[in-house]
Amino acid sequence: MDLDALVKRFQKKDIIAFEKLYEMYWENICGVIYTIVRNKSLAEEICQDVFTKIWNNSDSYSPAKGRFFTWILNIARNAAIDEVRSKSFKNQKKNLSTDYFVGILEQEDEKNTDVDINGLKKLLNNLTDKCVRIISLLYFNGYTQKQASEELDIPLGTVKTRNRNCISRLRENMTLEWM
Amino acid sequence: MYIPIAGEYDFRMDVEAYIASGILELYVAGLLSDEENLEVFHNAKEYPKIQKEIESIEASILALSKTAGPKISGKKGFNDLKVRIGQRKDTTVVQLPKEKTNWAAYTGWAAAILLAAGLFWFYTESDKLQSEIEVVQKENEVLEQQIFEARNSLASSEELLNSIRDKNITVVPLGGQEVSPSSYAKVYWNQEEGKVLVDAQGLPEPPDGMVYQVWSLKLSPLTPTSLGLLEDFLADDNKIFALANPNESEAFGITLEPAGGSEAPTMEQLYTLGAVSS
Repeated sequence: MDLDALVKRFQKKDIIAFEKLYEMYWENICGVIYTIVRNKSLAEEICQDVFTKIWNNSDSYSPAKGRFFTWILNIARNAAIDEVRSKSFKNQKKNLSTDYFVGILEQEDEKNTDVDINGLKKLLNNLTDKCVRIISLLYFNGYTQKQASEELDIPLGTVKTRNRNCISRLRENMTLEWM
Repeated sequence: MYIPIAGEYDFRMDVEAYIASGILELYVAGLLSDEENLEVFHNAKEYPKIQKEIESIEASILALSKTAGPKISGKKGFNDLKVRIGQRKDTTVVQLPKEKTNWAAYTGWAAAILLAAGLFWFYTESDKLQSEIEVVQKENEVLEQQIFEARNSLASSEELLNSIRDKNITVVPLGGQEVSPSSYAKVYWNQEEGKVLVDAQGLPEPPDGMVYQVWSLKLSPLTPTSLGLLEDFLADDNKIFALANPNESEAFGITLEPAGGSEAPTMEQLYTLGAVSS
């Protein structure tokens, strides 16, 4: 199915098209949200909220503004960050940390989580911590280039190319995984 | 691949350099300005290689985001979402096969359509019945009128019959004359009452603007006296006309005259003539 056509049908409030898009992206969106809120049931709840939001605001998407996934990714990030910054969440004394991937990869056992650590390790194989961090910040935490350069203490001009190199390695790992 | 049009070559972008710049990665991350997004959008349309690159970058982020979190059961699923967006009323999660049909909505619509069709049918039916009732009412009126007329006609027929049977009646047959040999008529003359009934069934229909005129005749000398006109000849069903006749008639004649009748009979237009036998 052509993604553009599917998105167009979704924008015309075609519930079948919406279900297909949901099936395509819900695990990704829930995954992104989880890396921020670090709570399974909360992540799932926000995830459903995000899809509700994109259905209700389907008009505001335009392909000229970017990829459909990018659009929902942005909505998901914002929803998750809002939740973490909300009062109720602060009471749980958790901070908005950006080192999810680094932390989870350092975890030796899989007792405390049902994340597919092995799969994640394969994907991030040969990626330096800095690479994992920059991908995490730009894609999962919604950092701007400037914010990322400050966070990682690297020149602003190198964020773009550094990120490209890191994504290239990720793509190599994906190819290897599927071979 | 992109094939440059003559004169456009100089403006062709360096696709490889564009891809290598890392702008597409930022595009997928959603970190570009609106202007830059639009530029990438157009370039991706123009250069399939750029489009492919964007899709590959997106695929890597999709893979990473999918693997990043713990397996979420997904038991809330799309049905829960349908409830949230108001496409589903109940909150029970029912596992339906893929490509499921929203039967509730379809049934609802079907019911609504049936109801509308039903209402429309009832409306037209009642409209039809209403006009049928009107037709029947009109037919009844016509029937009543006909019955009324038939009663009248019967009464007048009886009256007619009685008049003819009266013992004082003299019957005078009138035979066809030169101008119309096949014509005939009968005059029933009640001398006591001074009335005649003219049975003019044997006369042809008078032409437009003409009328039959009945004459009482004295024979010697020949003296015609007008008894009157057979007005409305066409409309009269039984073609029997009642006229007054106070004369000592010896014969009766019927002529065709201009509308309104004549002072004296036009003998060339004498249709029938008959003498009173005594």
